[in-house]
Amino acid sequence: MLTIQKNNNMKKIFIPIILFTVLVNSCSKDIVENNLEFPALQPKSTDINAGIWKPILLTGPTEFPVAAPIAVTTPDYIAQINEIKTWQANLTKDEEAIVKYWSAGAVLRWNEILRQLVAKHNLPPYQNPDGTYPVPNANNPLAYPQFPFANPPYASRAYAYVAAAQYDALVAAWHYKKLYNRPAPYVTDVTVNALIPKTDLPSYPSEDATVAGVVGEMMKLLFPGDQDFIQQKVEEHKKARLIAGANVRSDLDAGEALGKAVAQKFVTRARGDRAGTAGGSLTIQSLFEQDCIARGEIPWISQENPKRPGMLMLFGRVKTWLFDSITMVTTIRPPAPPSTSSQKFKDELEEIRHFSTSITPEQRAIAHFWADGISTPTPPGHWNAIAAEDFVKQNFSEVRWARNMALLNMAMMDAAIVCWDAKYVYFNPRPSQMNNTIKTVTGLPNFPSYTSGHSTFSAAAATILGHIIPSNATKYTDMAKEASLSRMYAAIHYRSDCEKGLESGNKVGEYAKARARTDGAE
Amino acid sequence: MKKIFLIPILIAFTSLACLSQTDIDGIMMEKNAFCIGPMFGYSSWKNYWEGTLKRENLNLGTLSTQMYSVMGNYGITNKLNVLFGLPYVKTKASAGQLNGQEGVQDLSLWVKWKAYSKKIASGRLSLIAIGGYSFPISDYTADFLPMSIGLESKNLSLRGMVDYQRGSWFGTVSGTYVVRSNVTLDRNSYYTTEMHYTNEVDMPDVASFNIRAGYRDKGLIAEAVFDHWNTLGGFDITRNNMPFPSNEMDISRIGFNFKYDMPFHPQLSITGNVMTTISGRNVGQATGYNAGIFYVIDFTKKKKTDADDSKK
Repeated sequence: MLTIQKNNNMKKIFIPIILFTVLVNSCSKDIVENNLEFPALQPKSTDINAGIWKPILLTGPTEFPVAAPIAVTTPDYIAQINEIKTWQANLTKDEEAIVKYWSAGAVLRWNEILRQLVAKHNLPPYQNPDGTYPVPNANNPLAYPQFPFANPPYASRAYAYVAAAQYDALVAAWHYKKLYNRPAPYVTDVTVNALIPKTDLPSYPSEDATVAGVVGEMMKLLFPGDQDFIQQKVEEHKKARLIAGANVRSDLDAGEALGKAVAQKFVTRARGDRAGTAGGSLTIQSLFEQDCIARGEIPWISQENPKRPGMLMLFGRVKTWLFDSITMVTTIRPPAPPSTSSQKFKDELEEIRHFSTSITPEQRAIAHFWADGISTPTPPGHWNAIAAEDFVKQNFSEVRWARNMALLNMAMMDAAIVCWDAKYVYFNPRPSQMNNTIKTVTGLPNFPSYTSGHSTFSAAAATILGHIIPSNATKYTDMAKEASLSRMYAAIHYRSDCEKGLESGNKVGEYAKARARTDGAE
Repeated sequence: MKKIFLIPILIAFTSLACLSQTDIDGIMMEKNAFCIGPMFGYSSWKNYWEGTLKRENLNLGTLSTQMYSVMGNYGITNKLNVLFGLPYVKTKASAGQLNGQEGVQDLSLWVKWKAYSKKIASGRLSLIAIGGYSFPISDYTADFLPMSIGLESKNLSLRGMVDYQRGSWFGTVSGTYVVRSNVTLDRNSYYTTEMHYTNEVDMPDVASFNIRAGYRDKGLIAEAVFDHWNTLGGFDITRNNMPFPSNEMDISRIGFNFKYDMPFHPQLSITGNVMTTISGRNVGQATGYNAGIFYVIDFTKKKKTDADDSKK
């Protein structure tokens, strides 16, 4: 009798415990992040002749000379081979993990790291007690507000400089690879294991170290408060290549030195591209405002409390990559938006008021998918992610990855310049300024409405990406349209902002395509 | 006739009501009795903790949450109850442009089992175990805090409770562990303290602690409550950032509850609750109240002699 009772009690206890365990298991928490699933890069072509591709800033691939490598028969080279063997003899799990991580590709991984730095720094500074706003200081990057505030224009510039410098550095690296033709360590010594896919591409100078050198250096300019993190990644990357048997130390040293040298040319351009003064001032803002009033239009007003100066009000004057400033003003700048007193304007405002009160769950999901607001890699970062996922499937060589990323990101930075030019030239108010019942499902950007940044970035990106991977062209165009519409769903842009933004973005994308057709890579 | 005493808690950046409408008291429904009723709740906060930094946000003003819910409790036996709660939640910011959100939030289900009950020193000691499960009913988004109506995770909770009553006075202590499922965002990457290239967010588990004491006798309960919610992991909101579902949300609150059975119709009772936040991390400093009306339907045909035996 006692035993039976015990059994019953045991059941009473065990059934809930079993149920609890089953339910806990159903709430499995394992998350496999997409980027860790990328396979090791196995280019379908080494693009061995990429040394003749047209660089962006370099006068030619030999502008920064790379000395001839020591012979593979020298004691010094053999010592470098032995360094690899020593690593390989005793590999830890962590070391295996970094080899696997970096094997997916240098351009890819550094692009991911850059997106992370942008997201980390994409936070608007908090106001001062007197209601003014502090400005991040590049010379004191760790003091609040930390430098930079990586907002969309800043981010577009960061992605573009990194990508462009990386491309030029790799063109130079490819020139010397072909010239010196030093094989990989696993070729010169068959007892060296290749922990990554083997390639016929000469290993001197190392393309990975070139990327680490050039990108690391550019990042230190753009994210000066994160130098330790960046340097740690540079070291990890080089170590991964050594452990993998892909490069000897002299391959890495030559590549890194080349990358750093090329970076200086881009750093010099960056210091003179007028981005440093793009923040403007309240005096400059009031000039835009007066100009707008003089045209008989209602000017934009910041809806933040306290009122925040418009974001990077002079970014429209930053130096472009793919066309000159005259072309931008005469050929690409969109026409004036509908007058704030016109019926068309009222109709478009009413359309947005409607979205703000009757958004569907699908529309809200689209608005959030493309929001790319604070603490994200921004819309240009989102398009880098889209491109990266698709480039992985294309098995591009590192130099072709870099070339395609450069085209994409120069186009998006130019799109930012074109868009910011229009925003401040027209100084058009946001829907919620014109009708204070309009509420948004994403943060209201603190700059004028016309044109939509998302639309301009996305169309520029879709146009060049559709050229790079023609089979995806329709997909990219559809995505750009959805990104554009998402801003109407979110109730922060009028239809004209989106449509004209797409148009000027497409024009920018065409300039990138024109470059792509003549850079020697096709 | 102590039937049910559900305490909705409107806290944090969302109501988190899913975990909080648990019957967190030491009272059982009798066999075959079903108690059901509507509740209304309101809470608001102007200040919140950004990590450990207390601040206001002029672009949100005061964030208010209204909640309309239905809750019920059925006695399978005197020692085994099943409960449910289903709230409709509506948020609103008094300043700025962010759109308030509203919708049906999470359905919560609990099984409550009085495992042990014994007279000790002129009082009665009860040990109670409560298992709960809650999940979203509508496709609201958690990724729009602080406007979101909930955190979107499925939650499995296990609560152990000790209740001691002597005469008309009682004390109840309970501890709860909540296992939370990942939540899925509408975007495919997000930043916490590093970048994550996935739409899934790992939600840290939660431990909570509740202590309540006061008067409990026929027709009236009046009690003081202390409640602490501790997220076991997660990260702090960075400076001037928006909250994120997997933030480390911690909160300590104190409050007062009452339940009063109508003398003319004891099946009918009213409940009320006020609660305020005394400390927190990555949550709003919310103060709120709620009120409800409950009705007991007895599915047993035979007449009761002592409806109160489950309590004493």
